[in-house]
Amino acid sequence: MKQFLIFVKKEWLHIWRDRRTLFILLFMPIIQIVLYGFALTTEVKNSKIAIFDQSKDEATMVISNEIAASRYFDLARNLYSYKDIEAAFRKDEMRVAIVFPAKFRYDLLHSNQAQIQLIADASDPNTANTLTNYATSIIKDYQQTINPAQEMPYTIHTQLRMLYNPELKGAYNFVPGVMALVLMLVCAMMTSISIVREKEMGTMEVILVSPLKPFRIIIAKTIPYLLVSMVNIASILLLSVYALEVPITGNLGLLIAESILFTVTSLSVGILISNTAKTQQTAMFTSMMSLFLPTLLFSGFMFPIENMPVPLQVISNLVPAKWYFIIVKDVMIKGLGFASVWKETLVLIAMTSILLVASIYKFKIRLT
Amino acid sequence: MMKFLLWKELLQIFRDPAIIRILFVMPMVQLLILPLAADYEIKNINLGVVDRDHSEYSRKLVNKVISSGYFRLKDYSPSFQQGMKAIESDKTDLILEIPAHFERNLIKEDQGTLFVAVDAVNGVKAGLGGAYIQQIIQDYNQDIRTQWLQDERFNRQPTIKIVSANWYNPNMNYRVFMVPGILVMLITMIGSSFASNNIVREKEMGTLEQINVSPIRKIQFILGKLIPFWMLAIIVLTMGLLIARFVYGIVPLGHYSTIYMFATIYLLAILGLGLLLSTYAQTQQQSMLVSFFVTMVFNLLSGLYTPIESMPHWAQIITKFNPVSYFIEVMRMVMLKGSGLADIKYQILALIGFAIFFNGWAILNYNKRSG
Repeated sequence: MKQFLIFVKKEWLHIWRDRRTLFILLFMPIIQIVLYGFALTTEVKNSKIAIFDQSKDEATMVISNEIAASRYFDLARNLYSYKDIEAAFRKDEMRVAIVFPAKFRYDLLHSNQAQIQLIADASDPNTANTLTNYATSIIKDYQQTINPAQEMPYTIHTQLRMLYNPELKGAYNFVPGVMALVLMLVCAMMTSISIVREKEMGTMEVILVSPLKPFRIIIAKTIPYLLVSMVNIASILLLSVYALEVPITGNLGLLIAESILFTVTSLSVGILISNTAKTQQTAMFTSMMSLFLPTLLFSGFMFPIENMPVPLQVISNLVPAKWYFIIVKDVMIKGLGFASVWKETLVLIAMTSILLVASIYKFKIRLT
Repeated sequence: MMKFLLWKELLQIFRDPAIIRILFVMPMVQLLILPLAADYEIKNINLGVVDRDHSEYSRKLVNKVISSGYFRLKDYSPSFQQGMKAIESDKTDLILEIPAHFERNLIKEDQGTLFVAVDAVNGVKAGLGGAYIQQIIQDYNQDIRTQWLQDERFNRQPTIKIVSANWYNPNMNYRVFMVPGILVMLITMIGSSFASNNIVREKEMGTLEQINVSPIRKIQFILGKLIPFWMLAIIVLTMGLLIARFVYGIVPLGHYSTIYMFATIYLLAILGLGLLLSTYAQTQQQSMLVSFFVTMVFNLLSGLYTPIESMPHWAQIITKFNPVSYFIEVMRMVMLKGSGLADIKYQILALIGFAIFFNGWAILNYNKRSG
C-alpha cells in the first residue's frame, strides 16, 4: 500500500511539474462551458433577409418593417431584380428573399387575394424551414390586423405548459451535454498518453521492474487525473449555476457521485487506448478522432438519437456519454432521484469494469 | 536536398501503421457515418395521451395528432400523474391531456380546453413540438366547425397567399448541408494537429538539435515539415469529395478547381497555425492538448453545427478570426450554390491574411527559440 501511495505521488508530481498542461486541463472546461452556454444555440435569430419589393406601397412597407423589426430577421439589403436574388445567394449575403409582386396592396384590397413569394436558401434545410415559418407567421399576423376579429363558435383552447424549462433556454440542454463532452475528452486524452509516454520515453522498463502489480500501476496512474477531473466537475457546476443560471434541481451528492463514476469510465477509455497505442501521437489521435465526434454526436444533446438510422441508434448505446447525459439531465434538470437513473448507472459501471479488465489484460501481454 | 527531406518526413509519418488508419480510414469512416447521425430535423416526437373523456371527439383528435406524421403514440395513461411518469423516464416528450366532459362542453358551451405539457429540457424540440400540436388542434377545431356550421360562408376577407420556394436543396436533405462541413472539419483536424505534433516530437526526442546543426536551412526544414501534411490533407480532401459524390450524390455546382484552390490557401493557414503552436509547446502532450483545444473552439464556432448569425455579437467577432468558418462557408457555397471565385474573393483574401500571419509569427518565434 505504501509503495502504491508513493507511486500515486510520483504521478501527481509529473502532472504538477508541467504547470502549462495542468493549466490547459483546468481551463479547457471553463472555456467550453462559456462557448456552449452562450455562443452556441440551435435557435435561429438575426438571419439575413433581403426584400425585392416591386410594389412599394403601404402594405409592403408595413410587412417589410415588421420583418426587419423581428428578432429572427436582419434586413440585409434591398433587391431590384430576380437576377439580384441569385447573385446575393451565391455571395452568401442572405438566407431568405421576399418578393412582393407589383400592385400588391391593390390586389389585396380589390380582389381579396394577393401573393407573396418567399425564397429560402435551403442548402441549410433546417434554417430555411424555420425562417419560412417565421416569415409566414409575420405575414399572417399582418393579414389578421386588416381583418376584424370575430367571436367564433366551438372554440378549443389549448393550455400549453413547458416543463422543467419554461423559458426554453438552450443552456438547460447544453450543460448536461457539455459535462459529458468535457469530462470524456479531458480524462480520456490525458490518460491515453500516460502509459504510452513511458513506453516511448523508455521509462517503462523502470516501472516493469518495480514490485507493483499491473493493476495497481494502472490505478495509480488514474488517481491524479481523477483529482483534476473533480476540480473540473466543480468548476463546470459552479459556472452552470452562477453564470448560465441552470439550477441543480436534484440531489447534488447524487450528481457528483454519478459524475465521478463517469470520470472513472472516461479514464478507463484513455487507459485502454494508451495500452494499445505504440506512440503518444497515435494515442492522442486515436482518442481525439474516435472520441470527440462520437461523443458530440451520440450523446444525444446536439442531434436527436431517435432520428438516426437504427444501426446508429444501436451504436449510440456503446457511447458512455449517452448514458451520462441522460443521468445529468434527469438528476440536474428534472430533479429526479436515483430510482430513475439506476439503469443508466449500471450501464456505466458495466462499461467501466469491461474497459478496466481489457486494459489490465492488454497491459499484462506487454509485460511478458 | 529538399527531395531527401520530404522523403524522410513521409517515411517517418508512415512508419507507424496506426497512423495510416488514423489519417485515411478514420476520416472516411466518419464521413460515411456522421452525416447519417447529424440530423436536426424534429420529427418522431413521442406522444403521451391522457384521455379522460373517452368520447368520439377525443378519439378523433388523438387519431388526427398521430396521423400528422410528427407524433408517435408511446404512452396511454389514465391520469396525468401516470403520464408524467412516462415523461420522467424519457419515454414520451409531450403529454396531451383531454379533460373529462371535453366533448359535452364543446357542444353545449361552445368551448373546451385541452392541456398540453411538454418536456422542455431541449428548448428547440419543445418549442417545435408545442407549435405542431397547437397547429393540429387548430385544424381539428376547424374540422368541427365545418361539421357543425354546414353552410360555410364565402370568405370575403383579404387573404395573402404565401408561395415559398426552397432553392439549392429542394428535397431539404440535411446531409447535403452537413457533408461539406464535416469534410472541412476532418481536414482541419488532420492538418493542424499532425503538423503541430510532428515538430514538437523532434523537440522532445532531442532530434531537433541535430537538425539545427545540420546544413539544412530553416525555411527548408519548415517546408519539409509542411509539404507532406499539405499533401496528405489534399488526399483526404479528394477522398472526401469522392465520397460526397458517389455515396451522397453531391455533385458540386461550382468548380472542383475552386475548391482545390481555396483548400490550398486554407491548408497553408492551418498548417501555419500548427507550426506556431509547436514553436511554443515543450512536450507532445502540450502541443496536442493545445491544438485540440484550438481546433475544437474553431470547429464549434465555425457555423458547422449552429448558424453563425444566431451567435451573440462577441462570438460572431471571433468567427471573423476563425479560418475554419471561412472554409465551411466557401465549401457549402461552391458545392451547393455554385459560387465562383468572384463570389468568394473576400474569403480568399481573409485566408491569405491568416496564412501570412500564422506562418510569419511561427517563423519569427522559431528563430528566436533556436537562435
